[in-house]
Amino acid sequence: MEKIYQELKKIVGDQYVSNQPEERFFYSRDGGTTEPCFPDFIVMPGSTEEVQKIVLLANERKIPITPMGAALVLSGLSRPLRGGIVVDMKRMDRILEVNEFSRFAVVEAGTSEGKLQAYLKKHHPSLKHSVPDAPPMATIGGNILIHGSGHLSALGGFHTEMLNGLEAVLPTGEIVRIGSCSVSPYWFSRAPLPDLAGLFLGWAGTTGIATKIAIKLYPDRPLNDIDIFVMEDADSVPDVIRRLSGTAVAEDITAIMTPVPEWASGFQMINVIYGAESKREQVLKRDLLRESVKKYIKDKVGGFMPLYSDMKGRFMEAPASQLVRFADVKKGGGFEYVGAIMPIEVFPDAYRKGLEIAERNGVTYSTGARIIGLGHTMMFFYAYAFNRADPIDVKKAQKALEETNEAALTIGGIPWKAEVPAQQGIIRRMDPNTFKLMGRIRQTLDPNGIMNPGNWEVPS
Amino acid sequence: MTMLKYDPEICEKCETVDCLVRCQYMQFDLTQAKEEKLKLLAGESSRVLEGCATCYACEEYCPNNNHPFYLIVDRQEELSTWPVPIPLVKQQVKMMSPKGKITPGKVNTPLINLCFFPMLTGCIRGRLFDGTSLIEGSDIFCNIMWLHFAKNSVIRERLPKIIDTIQNNYLAENGINEFVCFHDECYGAYTHLAPAFGIDVPFKTVHLFEYLTKRLTVLKKEITPIRATVAYQRPCSNRLIPETQHWVDEIFNLVGVDRVEREYDRENALCCGTVLRAMQKDDIADDLQKRNLDDMQKVGAAYCVFNCPACFFTMKDMVTERGITPILMSELCQLALGQ
Amino acid sequence: MKYQEILHRCFRCGYCKLPSSYKDINCPSYLKYRFETYSPGGRMWLLKAWLDEEIKTSPHFAEILYSCAACGNCVEHCVFPKFKADLLNAFVAGREELVDQGAIPGIVSDYFKAIQLYGNPYKLPEEKRDAWAEGIGVPCYTNEEFLLYIGCPGSFDERGQKMARAVASLLAKFEVSFGILGKEEHCDGNEVKILGESGLFEVLARNNIEQFRKKGVKKVVTLSPHAYHAMRNEYPKYGAEFEVFHYTHLLARFMDKGDLLHGNSRIKVTFHDPCYLGRHNADYYTPRTILNAVPGIELVEMDRNKGDALCCGGGGGNFFTDILGSGTESSSRVRIREAIEVGADILAVACPKCAKMFEDAIKAEDQEDKIKVRDIAEIILDERL
Repeated sequence: MEKIYQELKKIVGDQYVSNQPEERFFYSRDGGTTEPCFPDFIVMPGSTEEVQKIVLLANERKIPITPMGAALVLSGLSRPLRGGIVVDMKRMDRILEVNEFSRFAVVEAGTSEGKLQAYLKKHHPSLKHSVPDAPPMATIGGNILIHGSGHLSALGGFHTEMLNGLEAVLPTGEIVRIGSCSVSPYWFSRAPLPDLAGLFLGWAGTTGIATKIAIKLYPDRPLNDIDIFVMEDADSVPDVIRRLSGTAVAEDITAIMTPVPEWASGFQMINVIYGAESKREQVLKRDLLRESVKKYIKDKVGGFMPLYSDMKGRFMEAPASQLVRFADVKKGGGFEYVGAIMPIEVFPDAYRKGLEIAERNGVTYSTGARIIGLGHTMMFFYAYAFNRADPIDVKKAQKALEETNEAALTIGGIPWKAEVPAQQGIIRRMDPNTFKLMGRIRQTLDPNGIMNPGNWEVPS
Repeated sequence: MTMLKYDPEICEKCETVDCLVRCQYMQFDLTQAKEEKLKLLAGESSRVLEGCATCYACEEYCPNNNHPFYLIVDRQEELSTWPVPIPLVKQQVKMMSPKGKITPGKVNTPLINLCFFPMLTGCIRGRLFDGTSLIEGSDIFCNIMWLHFAKNSVIRERLPKIIDTIQNNYLAENGINEFVCFHDECYGAYTHLAPAFGIDVPFKTVHLFEYLTKRLTVLKKEITPIRATVAYQRPCSNRLIPETQHWVDEIFNLVGVDRVEREYDRENALCCGTVLRAMQKDDIADDLQKRNLDDMQKVGAAYCVFNCPACFFTMKDMVTERGITPILMSELCQLALGQ
Repeated sequence: MKYQEILHRCFRCGYCKLPSSYKDINCPSYLKYRFETYSPGGRMWLLKAWLDEEIKTSPHFAEILYSCAACGNCVEHCVFPKFKADLLNAFVAGREELVDQGAIPGIVSDYFKAIQLYGNPYKLPEEKRDAWAEGIGVPCYTNEEFLLYIGCPGSFDERGQKMARAVASLLAKFEVSFGILGKEEHCDGNEVKILGESGLFEVLARNNIEQFRKKGVKKVVTLSPHAYHAMRNEYPKYGAEFEVFHYTHLLARFMDKGDLLHGNSRIKVTFHDPCYLGRHNADYYTPRTILNAVPGIELVEMDRNKGDALCCGGGGGNFFTDILGSGTESSSRVRIREAIEVGADILAVACPKCAKMFEDAIKAEDQEDKIKVRDIAEIILDERL
């Protein structure tokens, strides 16, 4: 082991490798409830070439590698299930290019969402990227590779759909470029080439390490507004979402259902955020939204909340720091989080199941859904708060998480950024040939099985 | 349930029906007004119930002090003619409920009742409020806002409890029998609405305007006249207590500002628009806000003075966009005192 | 351990590492080391693991705890309002535990020994405390309105001495009634406390309070924001009743006297908020009021300013222990690059530690011909009187 340690030091420099108990402890877990898995080394490369050397070394020594962004998924995906090397990518945080005309940015994969957000605000104020509601330390690479979504998802879909191309180090050490950048100096698109980006998206780091990412940017309008449609009938929510999203006005639509604060309990609040170049456009968009749901307004069964401008700012904050605060509702520093991608029509089922599971397990919950595209699908989420200092409470949240994953699959959804048991639940329902294909791809790309082993595998 | 102190005979005999004829949001000639009024008296549905902007103005317009607005709200509730979508009403009722976080303690006079506006505690400062005590919170929220939601039942349920809370947790044990209402709504609730609803009020209330006038008079030597033109945004709740309006003029005189005559002031004041938005009537809200702002701009107002925090939070940004500085009445006084 | 009840409440979300714009890393130790363990969240989780005996006391653990610059960025930006105020207190409590166990880094131990044996971290005789004042005729405190308290860096460090002379000279020019303690002055103890020796701090604080009381001191004005912080916020716990000012508070009083200030040459100045005046005591405006009042100065702001300012790296005892060390990613060097980016001719400071840290960083960055570090008093004295 000492030899590997010395080799790693040679690659990245003494300062950026550790095998100390303190780092091994911290990098063995994330903020969720999964059990710790200890790495042998933590290494922080500063360039694609260093990543390549680390991968080659790992191949040579047959050591597992687990790439890591900010470890904020809460489902333990950056835990090294079989030990080995955790590659913390956050030193690779340079913003390499912003293209104003074709609206994309090229960044190193460890660049934080917050850094790109601030950079665009300062240097390209007419552009923005889709910011997820993860804390701003979340990395662009990590979020895209897990199929994240964010504040422009009603406009542009999943963050993977906003990916123009990437550079990656394959498990065997080759550096590849995917998308237009493999042919042209411009990182403008993944088409018209065979779309190889899928080899890296949603694989939980089992097919390589992305080192550069090109993402789409969108206009940052001078006027931004939010309307919140409040109702108390979950069965009507799919129709309301269909109507609101169908206006093609929204940049972001989220439904929030939470028992805290108490006044919010029992209601579905559908937040619609949109931007405009002028007051006229703003009013037009507002009126289009109102027109779309006039049936509900007329029947007095739903309506838009009147909001003061100060309140609007809080609701439009990207990322929403308020969501993180849910971790302290039990004075315990944690919440467990299940996201499940689902068709919109199962919203009522998903909502009721979530409440049922929360009640059965006695956990404090918050649920919601982010609408992807013009009402094409949704990312339904369940968050269960727990007190980290109380092992029984942690177990309760863990159990609620497992039950929720199972329930999501039962009603036709698919758990997002699934932790190992959820991955296995997905595999059990998956077309066997699809899973076989996954295995063949992995075998081809990673003959030594070094890339984040333990993920997307059938339990032995 | 406490009954509204209301005399149907007065309305039946009323020759002017000012409550409807003078309405700023619905059009009635005298004949139509009389017809609709009779429907209301008979407990029948009327277009008044759908069209009412709940601006309280008819309480001021009624020459007989016969509470036409309170009657409209009672009828809306009896006939389930909800002005605001039901989930919004339910949510607001929960949001504004007393939270039982009463912390009785030593208070003294002058005692300022800040209603349920925790964000405004910073306003109670400096020479203007020297030596005052402050109470605030959901448990002393006057609940008059339910007039906008056809929920007089909530007022009837909560207001007596609020009065009891104030009396027994803050006043009685400190030997106090009066406080200053920071918000028009509170003063209106205790001096106008409660008697009309047959709810006993064991304490005396002082309007903020009266308090400010007296303090400014004491501190007169410290005042630097502001020398600016102001537009005053008169809130709906002041329609219940028009007798307090003269204090506004006195305060403006004391701080050296000119309450310029404009179309939408005094008895012709316009609603800030928030309630109309809750009613989902954005087109009407847009229109009246525009008219109001155009009017302020036309008269060259440098400041728009608010006393209602809800009006302030609703209009402050749009007023600023017109190059006019939004300011609360108490802050205007602070400005004159150099605070 | 004190504050251990909040340790498990950290969600390791990372807001604590950033300024409010999220522009870049704003925690000096995380910026330098980049392991999560060196971030505020890392310390919270490690302290809990340490108390739960999941990790042991080790030099590495001690280094992690002592690399914190106590800049308060985490307290400012943590999104958990119910415990954020105690983040830094928890880290100091962890240091106190290490002190009790005798498990502190050698350099920290040396610091405490120097204070105990010499009365100052420079291991110089206390008689030399007035060396900075030689030749400028500063009166010893008898019964003046203000006691000008200089502190260790101002008394012994060459850069600090220069600043002390500027401040004293300026106060004299403005005819402020003040005196100094000279040889009789003692360490204020702020760094002793933050390094975890709370017992020694208490002794220093009580001695100073008693000395000031005997001399009839009613108002103290400090050169360093560190001393200002300790005397303003900690000393009252031990009975101090005197008023405390930072020297900028006094200078600000003279800024409306236009006839005192002259000169029209244009200088572009950016101000670096010292942590102990800014984040720890929420005064962002006094220094800016002064700089805005000085003729010819164009005050430009760095992206990270006021509550978002990036610490010079000298706080938390690091000025003396140098546990954070240098290197291209040290916060003082990053800060210099930021000041150059906004085109400033002068990086204005209001703290002797900041002055020294940044002068060293300018040399390391090889930018001596591009930007200079000047204390606010020096700017007025050298350029505008």
